[in-house]
Amino acid sequence: MLTQHRQTWLERIYLPEVLRGLSVTVHHFTRNLSLHIAHAAGLKKNVPAAVTIPYPDVPADLMPRFRGMHRLTRKANGTVACTACLCCETACPCHAIDIVPEAVDDRAIEKRPKSFEIDLSKCSFCGFCVEACPVDAIRMDTGIFDVAMDSRAGLVWGREALMGNEQGEGMEVYPPIDREDLAPRAREVSRS
Amino acid sequence: MTGEFVIAIVKTIVAVSTLMTLAALLTWAERKQSAVMQDRIGANRAAILGFRAIGLFHIIADAIKMMTKEDFVPPFANRFIHSLAPFLAIFPAIVAFAAIPMGDTVTLFGHTVEMRLAPMNIGFLFIFAMASVTVYAIVLGGWSSNNRFAMLGAMRAAGQMISYELALGLAVVGSVMVYGTLDLMEIARAQTGLFAGFLPNWGIIYQPLGFLLLITASIAETKRAPFDIPEAESEIIGCFLEYSGMKFGMFFMAEFVTTVVVAGLVSTLYFGGYQVPYLMADGFHLPFGLFLVTPAALVPWLQFGAFWIKVVFFCWLLLTIRWTLPRFRYDQLMHLGWKILLPLALFNVAATGAWILAAA
Repeated sequence: MLTQHRQTWLERIYLPEVLRGLSVTVHHFTRNLSLHIAHAAGLKKNVPAAVTIPYPDVPADLMPRFRGMHRLTRKANGTVACTACLCCETACPCHAIDIVPEAVDDRAIEKRPKSFEIDLSKCSFCGFCVEACPVDAIRMDTGIFDVAMDSRAGLVWGREALMGNEQGEGMEVYPPIDREDLAPRAREVSRS
Repeated sequence: MTGEFVIAIVKTIVAVSTLMTLAALLTWAERKQSAVMQDRIGANRAAILGFRAIGLFHIIADAIKMMTKEDFVPPFANRFIHSLAPFLAIFPAIVAFAAIPMGDTVTLFGHTVEMRLAPMNIGFLFIFAMASVTVYAIVLGGWSSNNRFAMLGAMRAAGQMISYELALGLAVVGSVMVYGTLDLMEIARAQTGLFAGFLPNWGIIYQPLGFLLLITASIAETKRAPFDIPEAESEIIGCFLEYSGMKFGMFFMAEFVTTVVVAGLVSTLYFGGYQVPYLMADGFHLPFGLFLVTPAALVPWLQFGAFWIKVVFFCWLLLTIRWTLPRFRYDQLMHLGWKILLPLALFNVAATGAWILAAA
């Protein structure tokens, strides 16, 4: 059972508790202020005076599995890895992905995206598209999260723009994908 | 005659510009101090030619923003009263400072200058009269905005300020009884010398309870946390809901000017005003027989500096309290004001009276 904390007499007269609170804040104030002064004098640089990351000046510290901006991966010959199977488009809960497939002569893949558009104004960055993709063609490991545009149209990213994104530094793919395991049937078809 | 007139004008310019500069710096200090207290960095983006000056340019940026913003008067609002209210907020706050002595009398170019804007023997009454006028600013501002929330906020704020003015007035009655005068200059003068041979003879020794009551009630008067129900910026924005641009800026500045005035009042009443500890007319008389000669011409300026150092310290203390304590709920506020502060203030008056009678 949840019991309500009954204030003691010392707590009810406020003053000792006020002084206790002030001692905490004044301790932080004096500690941080002396550290700031020491930093200005070039001392104690390894002890931070604030938890703030001055983000636009210093790159943001992201987790390795941070889901950022999407990118389309490439095959070894540089062409887009996507086979326009529409799995990601089907998996997308926001209907943010719009793929127009086109037929190709390559029997291994049969299709490729004529256009591949992600509307970032709809995208919720859930990562379902990455999980749905059978050929590891779409990833969210760029570490890009500061996408701001002047117009809604600017938030629709096309195939070339998505292929232009690079894997972010320190970003990992989860689960780690072994390229040899990918689309074995497709590879068999291409061998025959 | 002309000389006195010139002196009065120069005094006014110096004092008001110092007051306003300090109030403007407090807007910077509020941001930076709260940031340092909360392990943050604080506003540091305003820059001139890439030079940031630890965020000091934010004062200029704020002023430009407030002056260039649209001055919006809500439809069906009473235009005259709506415009009058911010002036009623900032004017008494600045004028109240006239009664506070910044230093003892000095002789400049053959004229005797009292380091106080208005030489008057009713300093207290004047300050409290001016503090009461700010209630009008809040009520008129809330009422004339033609907005229910502003109106409700104004009623709430007026309730708070009236209940705390009572405790504020009674808290200083103890000091008035001890020194037997309403003149703040006389009170500051009386706090010279030493108490028990080693402590500065400051008012806090005689009126510790009065100091606590005054500082509590005056935080409520400045309308800042933990008594910021009139504004309550995180949720409701009480009586200045419908103000924008410089009119809002005037309410905003009034808060900081009042903070400086309260700091001045507290240091004058309880911390010796312009008195420098151990400093007499001829030099520093330190305990254990140490003596340090100071030129007589330097003494008034040391006192002038000491007064402002004390004011800055109490501004810092008020900001620290503001960033430490959470807001009182309205019923807690009324409980504290009427059931705790008021009886304590009355007790303080009675105890001081008994002490004076016993000492006589």
